[in-house]
Amino acid sequence: MADASFKDSAARALADAKFQRALLNVKRGFIVKRAAAKSKLPEFDQLRDEARAIKDHTLAHLDLYLEAYERKVVESGGEVHFAPTAADARGIVLRICRDAGARLVTKGKSMVSEEIGLNAHLEAAGIEVAETDLGEHISQIRGEAPSHIIAPVIHLNKEEIAEDFVRTHRGLPQGRPLGTVQDLVAEARAVLRAKFIAADVGITGANLLIAETGSSVVVTNEGNGDLTETLPRLHIVIASIEKLVPTLEDACTVLRLLARSGTGQDITTYTTFATGPARVGDPDGPRQYHVVLLDNGRSEILGGDFRAMLRCIRCGACLNHCPVYGTIGGHTYRSLYPGPMGAVLTPALYGIDHARDLPNASSFCGRCEEVCPVAIPLPSLMRKWRERDFERGDPPLAQRLVLKLWALAAKRPRLYHALGSGLVPFLARLVKSRGSFRSLPFGSAWTGTRDLPAPQGKTFHALYQEQKRSGQS
Amino acid sequence: MSATDQGRLAVLSRIRDALGVTGRDRTREAAVEDRLRRHKRGTIPALAQADHEALIELMTTMLVNQGAEVTRASTPEDAARAMAEDLRAHDLPFILRMGSDPTLGSLPWDAAPALQRRIGPAKAEDRAALSRAVVAAAETGTLFLVSGADNPTTLAFLPETHFILIRPGDVVGSYEDAFDRLRAIYGEGRLPRTINLISGPSRTADIEQTIVRGAHGPKRLHVVLLV
Repeated sequence: MADASFKDSAARALADAKFQRALLNVKRGFIVKRAAAKSKLPEFDQLRDEARAIKDHTLAHLDLYLEAYERKVVESGGEVHFAPTAADARGIVLRICRDAGARLVTKGKSMVSEEIGLNAHLEAAGIEVAETDLGEHISQIRGEAPSHIIAPVIHLNKEEIAEDFVRTHRGLPQGRPLGTVQDLVAEARAVLRAKFIAADVGITGANLLIAETGSSVVVTNEGNGDLTETLPRLHIVIASIEKLVPTLEDACTVLRLLARSGTGQDITTYTTFATGPARVGDPDGPRQYHVVLLDNGRSEILGGDFRAMLRCIRCGACLNHCPVYGTIGGHTYRSLYPGPMGAVLTPALYGIDHARDLPNASSFCGRCEEVCPVAIPLPSLMRKWRERDFERGDPPLAQRLVLKLWALAAKRPRLYHALGSGLVPFLARLVKSRGSFRSLPFGSAWTGTRDLPAPQGKTFHALYQEQKRSGQS
Repeated sequence: MSATDQGRLAVLSRIRDALGVTGRDRTREAAVEDRLRRHKRGTIPALAQADHEALIELMTTMLVNQGAEVTRASTPEDAARAMAEDLRAHDLPFILRMGSDPTLGSLPWDAAPALQRRIGPAKAEDRAALSRAVVAAAETGTLFLVSGADNPTTLAFLPETHFILIRPGDVVGSYEDAFDRLRAIYGEGRLPRTINLISGPSRTADIEQTIVRGAHGPKRLHVVLLV
């Protein structure tokens, strides 16, 4: 049974008409575009198998590839910092920023930086942090977490964003036109351009790290990642250890799947390979290049039942195609990583106690696994979390009792059939000609918004036996 | 032991514990070395393996679909004129910011006598810039720009209008073909500081999935293809 607050916020999300209107954009945009992009690439499924194999191979040799990667970064003049925990990573980034005398930091979009709570940590030390991805900028001025791993403000409409801009973009004329998406983008461009120029340090995430060359790869459409890593004196990359792939060729295979699966583009506008700081004679680029490699629970995942989750390339396809995500949105999960990937990763990172509802918030339709570009068996991993939760005896007594009773009947065919053949006609008689229930005791969550069809006539087993006897089957 | 070394040791030993390995197993080391050395290709899409004429066609189609303007210039004079004409049509100053790339420097700029060229990295006030792509992968119309004095990275992101010139022999089929070119220039396992793969003008769809051009980088990308 879901805890009250998850149920409450799901109920609020369902009742919010504006929010539901915004969520329609997920279905209208991402799903259609992905299908079109995939259909134009006949090799897609083959690439998917290869990408899965690349990730599995890398994970099985992760210690050695990390060492190889580190050697290449150092060779190109950069520094690598290993961070066992989120606190270690925050500390390392703050120290680098302080050593550089940084007052303003620009940031490209990075889920790992959200995971370690980087912004609050830097701000507490008196350093201004400017998110530069448009969606992240909007999240930042609203004081909200992103609701989608690749589309942070997919839950908002342009009118709400216009209000946020009027409230937070200071020094601009009141009553300026902000009615169109173009107006909003133009204003954000001007506001953030000033930040890019003034920044001392640029922090980006990485979509991939490449052991062969010691490179970090960032994909964007806006170009904000590039301005973030090119203009300031320092570039800090913060990435989790499972982002590694062996070679440039392996990176190519993953890149062919990433944008097609996520936004449905053949490739993002910008894909940037960064290798070390500015070289002798370079007229632009950062003077220092640091990579902070975050573990934060991943090495533990590597040794357990959920290793396949470390293949994830954070494309967002499982969120986009999930009927539950599409109905309740990202914030309801109250985890940085929402949707099916979040339902598996969140309990793995923070413990099932903090995320019991997540593996249960699934209809097990299987679309997430179907669209996953690295074939993570998300439904079975969610089921595994449910089993673990149940084995620990944590679900409420009533829930366990019902399941026990069900198991008692389900494992005894005679009892099951006897109950069925008694119950079905009884239920059918209860509603007579209407054929469905308008309300049920203990079932108001279902019947509050729709009727529950009642069983008709006989049980499936009874009909099956009859047909078999009359030789129709 | 420093904090950095402790963190490194902690992460690596946790990984080795999880995998049940020591990190000194010759078979595993050989597997990794072999993979890094051979950098074997995965599946290359069939469309990236066409003849050169078809690749130029594919390159053009992909770029146009992704919102870029493409000019096929049959002579270097035409290339210079196309850029001047673009600036005129968009009411922009007749000034191009560019690096010291010899190929670009030796274009017949006399064909566009009014056009001023300013050499160096982009400045905030620059309106238009020109870069040369060292190689381009036709499969998604993706141009590869490398950092350095020849083509400073800022050219590709600060001005609102960006021209990229590409020579016909530098159009290849796949990303892998493009990286092989770079390996030939920079050596095995070495890359320039930045490689920018650019496949169109800057864009965003963060608000209501509505695509708007010119999010933070150039609003217009004009690719000049010497044919």
